[in-house]
Amino acid sequence: MINDNVKIKAEGLNIAYSSNVLMQNLNFEIKNGDIFIIMGGSGCGKSSLLRLLTGLKAVDKGKIWIDGVRFDNAEQAQKKKIMQNCGILYQSGALFSSMTLAENVAMPLQQYTNYSAELIKDLVAFKLALVGLKGYEDFYPAEISGGMKKRAGLARALALDPDILYFDEPSAGLDPVSSKLLDDLILEINKSLGTTIVIITHELSSIFAIGKDSIFLDAEMKTISAYGNPKELLKNPPNKNVLHFLSGGKK
Amino acid sequence: MALDFLLKQKILTITADGDLRGYDNQEQIDALTQSMEKSGKLIFEGDNLKNWDSCIAAAFYQIILQARERNIEVNTQNLPHDMQNLITLALTVDRKPKANEGKKWGFLENLGESGLQIFDGIKKSWDFLGDTVKSLGRFFTGRAVMRSVDFEFALADCGYKAVGIVSLVSFMVGLILAFVGALQLKMFGAQIYIASLVAIGMTRIMGAIMAGIIMAGRTGASYAATIGTMQVNEEVDALKTMGLPVTDFLVLPRMLSLIITMPFLTMWADIMGMIGGATVAILMLDISAPQYWIYSLKAFQLANFLVGIFHGFMYGIIISCCGCYYGINCGRNADSVGWATTKAVVSSIVIMIVATGILTSILEALGI
Repeated sequence: MINDNVKIKAEGLNIAYSSNVLMQNLNFEIKNGDIFIIMGGSGCGKSSLLRLLTGLKAVDKGKIWIDGVRFDNAEQAQKKKIMQNCGILYQSGALFSSMTLAENVAMPLQQYTNYSAELIKDLVAFKLALVGLKGYEDFYPAEISGGMKKRAGLARALALDPDILYFDEPSAGLDPVSSKLLDDLILEINKSLGTTIVIITHELSSIFAIGKDSIFLDAEMKTISAYGNPKELLKNPPNKNVLHFLSGGKK
Repeated sequence: MALDFLLKQKILTITADGDLRGYDNQEQIDALTQSMEKSGKLIFEGDNLKNWDSCIAAAFYQIILQARERNIEVNTQNLPHDMQNLITLALTVDRKPKANEGKKWGFLENLGESGLQIFDGIKKSWDFLGDTVKSLGRFFTGRAVMRSVDFEFALADCGYKAVGIVSLVSFMVGLILAFVGALQLKMFGAQIYIASLVAIGMTRIMGAIMAGIIMAGRTGASYAATIGTMQVNEEVDALKTMGLPVTDFLVLPRMLSLIITMPFLTMWADIMGMIGGATVAILMLDISAPQYWIYSLKAFQLANFLVGIFHGFMYGIIISCCGCYYGINCGRNADSVGWATTKAVVSSIVIMIVATGILTSILEALGI
């Protein structure tokens, strides 16, 4: 039985590539409206976990529920329906290079709604303005900076007003100011829209600034070795790996 | 001003003096290492070392590693402070073992892994073909999610933009075919039949093959590289997670464009090849243009022409499938894009040749 307040639940999940098991027996719950951080060192399997949660990689072992519905073994149509309620901001922004920013943001709206072209145009302008890209509708991804690409990717992820937003390393490749702006934007989206936010990151400043809950993927133990608020985990680290990570390498 | 070492009472002292930048004396290091076997302690002296760089630091690092392996005590206190720090940093790297590190597979495991990879490859290609057929089905029933602008772009790319290179290569092939044939036919005074040779050769198969090979190298490679780069940039993932059919978006416009343009490019290659043949005939064999034209027409058969066009159509399917398949199944780094491109071109050409062989046998059996 899954609590109504639980948005995503993982049970006994494994992350493996052939015989190489990166993580095993991952159990966690993400609450509705939470900002949930999946943290860990490079190569521990964070992005692979995101691929499992978004259906891009098949689950070998374990179960995933989204909104109380079993996701890992759902039919393709069911998965598609669930994913319509999820937005994803990829590490690189993953904007379609042959389309303008407006076309990128409009794409999910054109595919999944019956809105008029005029309404879609207004929505696109609104979403782009929301992420600070007002007036950039006709720019191509190649014509804007890395930080702007991420924000445009976020506008596209927000297009269908998703219930869940996944972020894969949102601060990667950004200067501290852009990174802070993106963190503020994430907080604002969570506050004003009540969106459940799942962030894959190892950026400590972001983890402490926006994380409400978190799990630590421990490469040495090959499973989750810490679960809770990041600031609390730093105060009372359950083991030396967590302390080492959250204190930025201090021993 | 150099590196010296002295073994006395089981203490090996290595003295570094003066300027040791670019130190590269492996013989001395080997001799030093041999002396180390008889020692119980290693002392580095570097008080008079004026200039040094990574070369000597790397040599000392290797010596210290070997000393550690042999449980020999090492004293680096008299080395320059910066060099001590550098060597200490290199020696304290905390290297975490990876899950499969050190695990070496035997012959049977490698064989099994190769078998699984082949099985996986077959499954992926069947899945791709299935998705493509479903996508074509959606297109013909008006349900495909394909952007017309993508189709127009792909059509232009493998249509009029490819005419130049197809013209040049087909003209040269016609020219070579006529030239080689002329050398033989001239001996019998039958050089007029050059026109027939070129007309039959180009229309039946050579025009299609040349257009196919050019398009495999030009457009098939471009498909694999473009879609492969989209895979690297996570654009394909974005499409999948948005629930949009990847084949409709990426494969359909490209496949339809090549299927439509390849027969026309084949036809154009036939014409350019015959013009190439005519150039040799007129300039080298004293055959007049009307004569060449008449003999070409005599040799021309509609069946040959249609067989050539059908080959072009078939090559269009093969090239687009190979290009898109390897693009979609590309890995997530720059190297994989290179591999995908190479595999797309090589597979296209190999499958084209095999398919031509099979088709020729069938047509032969049918008497066409």
